[in-house]
Amino acid sequence: MRSFNKGRAITASVVGLGLALSLAACSDDDNKSEEPGAASGDCAAYEQYGDLKGKTVSVYTSIVTPEDTPHIDSYKPFEECTGAKITYEGSKEFEAQLLVKIKSGAAPDIAYIPQPGLLETIAKDYPDALVPASEGTVANVDKYYSPSWKSYGTVDGTFYAAPLGANVKSFVWYSPKQFEKNGYTIPTTWDELIALSDKILADHGAEGAKPWCAGIGSGEATGWPATDWLEDLVLRTAGGDVYDKWLTNEVKFDSPEIKEALAKVGEILKNPDYVNGGYGDVASIATTTFQDGGLPLVEDEPLCYLHRQASFYAANWPEGTEVSETGDAFAFYLPGLTADERPLLGGGEFAAAFSDRPEVAAFQAFLASPEWNNAKAKATPAGGWVSANSGLDPENLVSPIDKLAATLLGDTTQEFRFDGSDLMPAAVGQGTFWTEMTSWLAEDKDDAAVLSAIQASWPK
Amino acid sequence: MVFAVALFAAAMGLILFGVSRLKRPRKWVLAAAFVGPAVLGLLFGLVYPALTTIKASFYDAKGNNFIGVDNYARALSEDAFQKVLGNTAIWVILVPLLSTGIGLVYAILVDRSKFEKFAKALIFLPMAISMVGASIIWKFMYDYKAVLENVPAARQPKQIGLLNQVIIWMGGEPYNFLLNGPWNTLFLIVVMVWIQAGFAMTILSASIKAIPDDIIEAARLDGVNAWQMFSHITVPSVRPSLVVVLTTIAMGTLKVFDIVRTMTGGQFGTSVVANEFYTQSFRQGNEGLGAALAVILFIIILPLIVYNVRQMKKTEEVR
Repeated sequence: MRSFNKGRAITASVVGLGLALSLAACSDDDNKSEEPGAASGDCAAYEQYGDLKGKTVSVYTSIVTPEDTPHIDSYKPFEECTGAKITYEGSKEFEAQLLVKIKSGAAPDIAYIPQPGLLETIAKDYPDALVPASEGTVANVDKYYSPSWKSYGTVDGTFYAAPLGANVKSFVWYSPKQFEKNGYTIPTTWDELIALSDKILADHGAEGAKPWCAGIGSGEATGWPATDWLEDLVLRTAGGDVYDKWLTNEVKFDSPEIKEALAKVGEILKNPDYVNGGYGDVASIATTTFQDGGLPLVEDEPLCYLHRQASFYAANWPEGTEVSETGDAFAFYLPGLTADERPLLGGGEFAAAFSDRPEVAAFQAFLASPEWNNAKAKATPAGGWVSANSGLDPENLVSPIDKLAATLLGDTTQEFRFDGSDLMPAAVGQGTFWTEMTSWLAEDKDDAAVLSAIQASWPK
Repeated sequence: MVFAVALFAAAMGLILFGVSRLKRPRKWVLAAAFVGPAVLGLLFGLVYPALTTIKASFYDAKGNNFIGVDNYARALSEDAFQKVLGNTAIWVILVPLLSTGIGLVYAILVDRSKFEKFAKALIFLPMAISMVGASIIWKFMYDYKAVLENVPAARQPKQIGLLNQVIIWMGGEPYNFLLNGPWNTLFLIVVMVWIQAGFAMTILSASIKAIPDDIIEAARLDGVNAWQMFSHITVPSVRPSLVVVLTTIAMGTLKVFDIVRTMTGGQFGTSVVANEFYTQSFRQGNEGLGAALAVILFIIILPLIVYNVRQMKKTEEVR
């Protein structure tokens, strides 16, 4: 699937330059008045980085306006205490352009890599470009992150990249207000979820509403939300062990376990009675952008009631939408087959270094520190950002959905798995898996044909 | 960048200065001085990358192991890539024919009419828009919103696509132009034709104006009708220009990338070779296959270039 940032990056493009400018203007004001929990003078935590006056660190990411402002703001404490300057460059063509930059010897100092699979590709193809994580980074990651998060930034035993942001994918968005009005309760098993869908259809089908809304459009990355669906269902129907083997192709795409999971996804996404609320038929899922997908849910008379999308979808609700447990929109955990099985699918990005300089090492360590995570949380007052850093004070997360995501990420009783398509080889994870899932919906291609086409593309 | 430009200027200055200092330079010195930099540029910028690309096309995805013609076999045999090649063929056949045809007819229609300049400006304007810009414009033209069952009219999604709104005004159902194959490829082709027709019109119009008046007058005296004038006088007279226009547009079409990437991202069965090359090389990290696709594209373009150059030479000889 797709990273959290890239997705939002596309929203950002829609918002356009005007907003970018106004945001820039706003942030200036903020700086003068209240900003810096940083400049407030406490530089003690930064002394370890030493004096970096006059040094510059370049950052390259897929995070563009308006999401980049909180990032840029979150570096301020570091810049003010150490004297270093951070230059920030966001690009929507990040994944492709990063490889081009590395190939041409113009790699950035630090890149935020949203897919462990991409990190692995770089580590294997350009072993000289990537610099193993700095000492300070290793110390912070060992101290503040669970070992599984460290393992996603590790290739062949070398730890390169520290986790940065995180997100929860196993979320179904709904409208608490509408649920209360209709007397619906949050389902705790898959069967209850289907029963709820049927009930919504019976109650509101006559008004033209459908239980589910969905959208998988995302430019050239179209299809990723559909891969998330399948990953979530593989975790539920086949379990974590099969999931892990599936990522390495020990369990083939056309094996019965995956077929069963896809059939379960089809129960919802390919059921014309269930989708696509507010947008049309099953095929309309393919042409609806994922940002628009859930919007019919918060209208006064909703055209859909359920929308499976990650925690970062919070940023896509229209201005004025109250995101809370009693408000216009909130999310519940996408249930497992039984109430006791609670696997969790998530994603995140990782900060990898391409230069072996002290200021780069220091900045990478800073990004893995509680100081940065808290600064980032404070610099994101509108919400839509969490991390798996245990030093992150939940009080700094303002949005209830971020708090819920942070709770789920911190809950060790839930079996956490990283987004699968981000871990598969690029030819599959960012290629046929996207395109075939798109054909599955757009052209009504059948399950077996889709799965065998993806399997056929697995690099030998 | 600034450094590179300065270096280039300095080198050129040095060469020109050197040449000017020579009294009675030999012919080959002069030729080398002027052509040399261009040849060097071509060697570094074109020939060297072409050779490395050809080499890469025989290696595996990471460029480590020699795998012979496997990449070509894959590109030519797998369904997904056959579809891509098929789409490219459709583009290359339709775009030059349609653009040139429309351009030619338009040029004849507006020739010596009252509004010639204005009419020409109208059709030439799209040429000034970048491919990506044109694609975004047409994406709005094609925009589709379904008509929802059981939903009252006031709450139906608003059509923002002009074409679908027109269809609705005429009492039809909105149509999802970019989703349904194989027609979606044709709707993408429309964009390219929209851009290229102006180019064809400009060249052909100039060529039509160059037809000697006495030929036209002689034909008139012989009593030809409009169709005979078109098929026996105009078309044969502008034939060399027609060929140049056709082949030039064909070459541009083979490389089409921006339109497909901007409008559908190659989804829904609309991908073409150039787009697939980019996707394979940069997005999916399959450099060998990407290189093979680039080479295939190069091989298809090659005869077109040769033919085009020969025709241009011919036209010049006539002059």
